Amino acid sequence: MTSRLRLFLMLAPAVGVIGLLFGGGLIVALMRSFNYMPVIGLTDPNLQAYGRVLTDPDFLLSFLLTFHIAFTSTVIAAIIATAAALLIRATTTGRGIITFLFQLNLTIPHIVGAIGILYLFSQSGTFARLGYAAGLIVRPADFPALVFDPAAIGIILHYIWKEVPFIGVVILAQMQTIGTDHEATARSLGATPWQAFRHTLLPMLLPGITAASVICFAFAFGAYEIPALLGASYPQALPVLAYRSFTDVDLASRPDAMAMAVIITCISAALIWAYTRALRAMVTR
Amino acid sequence: MTAPLWFRVLRGLATASLIIWLILPLIPLVIWSFAKGWRFPSLLPQEWTLRAWEIAFSDRTGVLESLWVTGAIAMLATALAVLIGVPAGRALGQLQFRGKSAVQALILAPLIVPGIAVALGLHAVFLQLGLTNTFAGVVLVHLIPTLPYMIIIMTGIFANHDPSFEAQARTLGATPWQTFRYITLPAILPGIIVGGLFCFLVSWSQYILTLLIGGGRVQTLPLLLFSFATSGRNDLTGAISIIYILPGILILILTARHLTGTHPALAAMVRR
Repeated sequence: MTSRLRLFLMLAPAVGVIGLLFGGGLIVALMRSFNYMPVIGLTDPNLQAYGRVLTDPDFLLSFLLTFHIAFTSTVIAAIIATAAALLIRATTTGRGIITFLFQLNLTIPHIVGAIGILYLFSQSGTFARLGYAAGLIVRPADFPALVFDPAAIGIILHYIWKEVPFIGVVILAQMQTIGTDHEATARSLGATPWQAFRHTLLPMLLPGITAASVICFAFAFGAYEIPALLGASYPQALPVLAYRSFTDVDLASRPDAMAMAVIITCISAALIWAYTRALRAMVTR
Repeated sequence: MTAPLWFRVLRGLATASLIIWLILPLIPLVIWSFAKGWRFPSLLPQEWTLRAWEIAFSDRTGVLESLWVTGAIAMLATALAVLIGVPAGRALGQLQFRGKSAVQALILAPLIVPGIAVALGLHAVFLQLGLTNTFAGVVLVHLIPTLPYMIIIMTGIFANHDPSFEAQARTLGATPWQTFRYITLPAILPGIIVGGLFCFLVSWSQYILTLLIGGGRVQTLPLLLFSFATSGRNDLTGAISIIYILPGILILILTARHLTGTHPALAAMVRR
């Protein structure tokens, strides 16, 4: 067997499966978004779906909401994760528990965390009951709307809960490889602990933090079940909007759903591109 | 060098709040699964009961069937991911060839591009092939999030695997099969097991791909959980949630030996 044939046989199944399922899915979504589908007699592609979607105020509002959810939760999670990783490195008591809980959290499916957040923060949930016990509220309605709310606070709380351990694990792994020598050197040259962190450790951690954050952002931007469970009925997150218009009884709205899917994909792609560029700039600096 | 007292107190408080926050969302789920009634504003249920667990394990709710369906889909998707991912990981981990970075980009892409975008398009293709609303269709679509992880993990394993042992076995007269069975397989088996468990969990956690391709006909646990969560059956939702997270906890304990904080594959457990 020639080595070329061997290479082909090793890679063909993987490339074939991902190419067909993933690439094929995206290409068909793209075709349908142009209302082009020769198999069912649609042979005249057009941009009407994009026109409808992009001029629809609901879509723009959903876009802004989804961006707000992904951006706010990722930034807060990255900051808390960095602080938590520093904390874990500095403490001996509780380190094992937190490391275990970080890993445990990674195994818990998103939907379970989202239901937990719902039971904690809904207007008759645990915190509302604590508020009643403390004499702060009298009726459930007095408790601020933290889930099903237009500001998506419940969704953001869920993502923070789920993303802090993920980013934290990545940072901890990096800290282990970096060691404490650089900071010790900075300290011996007269830097304060903050300066040593800010100017030696943080720059070395940044690529990892950025990589983990981009993954979290892209996930929060495209996830369906969390906003479907914890989100307000208006405005809806983009994936929820896309799913609803896909399952609409009116089949004519399917191209709109596809156009939204393509837009979500383009934003993800733009993110990866921006991220790899930023990373390269950081490394070569 | 010891830190001042106030600093240590602050650090202790921060550690404690972090620990509490990490387990907090799970607490109401556990309590609800044993609660009877538990209306606002009671802090704890007045009455405790095993009713939700009895219902969950009876035939009426479909929990057991969903458990089986979810497990079977995850096992089949994992088996396929291993079969396809191991050779691909070997090629990417050990060989240099033209177009390698393009292949790597294609394999990484499904991890970043949201599943809903792909699944909406794939739905049309599967509709033509008669794969929508079927078990087989759901297994196939679960390859999109699982296979890339398997390939990435196996690429790392093969990059650290020395192929000269295999060459030596061959010179000593071993057949290709014997070489694989006695030299390659023992060396890569830990990687296959860890990668396989990750793939299982990734498939186990899928929601939107199953919903779109399974069309609600293939009722996996997360779909069932979602419908109970939105119908206000908090006690049953709590019980199903706990059943649903148990395999992950079990896998975590089983793989704890293989995993340290530095294991890059840990990231694979995170989502999808």
